Amino acid sequence: MKEIVVLSGKGGTGKTSLTAAFAALAHDFVLCDADVDAADLHLLTAPEIKQRADFKGGSIASINQDKCVSCGRCLELCRFGAVNDDFTIDQIACEGCGVCVDLCPEQAIDFPEQVCGQWFISDTRFGPMVHARLGIAEENSGKLVSLIRKKAAEIAQKNNLGLILTDGPPGVGCPVIASIGGAAVIVIITEPTVSGLHDLKRLVKLAEHFRVPVLLMVNKFDLNLEQTAVIEEYAVARGITILGRIPFAPDFTRAMIQGQNILEYAPESKLVHMLHGIWTRINQFITEQKKELELR
Amino acid sequence: MIISIASGKGGTGKTTIAANLAFSLPKARILDCDVEEPNVHLFLKPELDFRQEIGTAIPQIDEKLCDGCRKCVDICRFRALTMIGSRVLTFPEMCHSCGGCFEVCPRGAVTETSRQLGIIEGGRRDNITFFHGLLRVGESMAPPLIKKVRSFCEPDEINIIDAPPGTSCPVIMATKDSDFVILVTEPTPFGLHDLKLAVEAMKLLGVPMGLVINRADMGDDKVVRYAEAEQIPLLMSIPFKREIAAAYSRGELFAETFSEWQERFREMFAEIAAIIEGGAK
Repeated sequence: MKEIVVLSGKGGTGKTSLTAAFAALAHDFVLCDADVDAADLHLLTAPEIKQRADFKGGSIASINQDKCVSCGRCLELCRFGAVNDDFTIDQIACEGCGVCVDLCPEQAIDFPEQVCGQWFISDTRFGPMVHARLGIAEENSGKLVSLIRKKAAEIAQKNNLGLILTDGPPGVGCPVIASIGGAAVIVIITEPTVSGLHDLKRLVKLAEHFRVPVLLMVNKFDLNLEQTAVIEEYAVARGITILGRIPFAPDFTRAMIQGQNILEYAPESKLVHMLHGIWTRINQFITEQKKELELR
Repeated sequence: MIISIASGKGGTGKTTIAANLAFSLPKARILDCDVEEPNVHLFLKPELDFRQEIGTAIPQIDEKLCDGCRKCVDICRFRALTMIGSRVLTFPEMCHSCGGCFEVCPRGAVTETSRQLGIIEGGRRDNITFFHGLLRVGESMAPPLIKKVRSFCEPDEINIIDAPPGTSCPVIMATKDSDFVILVTEPTPFGLHDLKLAVEAMKLLGVPMGLVINRADMGDDKVVRYAEAEQIPLLMSIPFKREIAAAYSRGELFAETFSEWQERFREMFAEIAAIIEGGAK
């Protein structure tokens, strides 16, 4: 089983619209939305939820006022400034380390487990989908990403599906790190802007750090041809395979408004033709990777 | 005064608004708290004259003093310490710097060392003071670095904060204690969906907010209708123009390229200042 993770570094380069397009091109696969913080893929796939569960991400301290003698030990111990002067806990600041819980001389601090979000297994017109919703202002997005990727792998295994297609989060931090471990390949979608390139470079560094191969495509390439060339030169110098270019196309927005992917919205368009080519190249890469592994 | 720029969805134009707003004011501080992918400097091009490495406290075990009592392993809820036989092993990347292990070790065998979170850089461009955090690639914990960047706020000045996308802990760390939050969105289903989440997050902080709609003509009217229903003032609409997109792509401040926008940004600031003052009364 192979997993393709779609990432970008910079937000808003077209990850979700293009993941949905790939979903329309792929066969025998599980769809996974790992952008648990601002998940949007469901807006294009209309999932019918079959199973839902709470995500318990950790615990938060809670001072039992009946037992508390205001000794101040917790205030002194907490490195996150989460204990208020009146010996209540600032729930947003609390890191869930439990140090105050363990060391309170009166054992006056409880440590209830928190529901930090929900995750779902759904049916879609493309196949099974695993997605999630992290609660507002919650921590542990990485843990939730790991959890839903594990669920996606279980579903793939059980149903004998050879592929997981994962829509990833922006950035290079905790949730991104959680979405790339063990992936077959990262498909990076960038845009021809100075910020697109800046963020791409950091993401490539991260992928190299975790030794996951990278493929690159430039979305909205015609907004700045010079910058597209700069990005492609960077990719060539770095030995990164370039999958292709996609022009700026308001049709992606129009498709989104209809809750459709671009193949459904404009099946005869040039865009779809280009996406076929890109999808073929991604699969070629994976097939070659498989062969190489078998040779070893 | 602290004005944060947030969005929920990435790529809606937070950095554009933050940098152009700072540029249009007579004097401002801008703090780029999107430490995973900071971009303000690409547009502002400040002269950097400040650099500080930011670390976080992690444990180191003195094996000569450690008698394998496991107290440090037991208190750690992040699995940053584990016991192999009678030896304590540390996993620095897992550590949240809670200090529990230092506190409980009865033999003083756990001492502090540091893991690099990233760096903070600062500088100036004319009357704009600039700071940003740059998370070390491979580091997963953004919030403590964001907190450090936030410590460069000057309460008496106008502080503009470019927040990371999303609605989870990094955003909260970047935007808390703000006087006002500008939410930047685009009028699409993705933009609206993530805007709603961002609004919920900001309600939790109890901060007044206003809306900027970017690429305002590329989508539908649902964002405007939602803002009306939620009584969130619409501060600015920026149409999609290839010239603006191209200026952005080259790293230009569009208020500099198209100077008529400077007045628009100043008007927006005046509106925000009036809302903050109205709330204070």
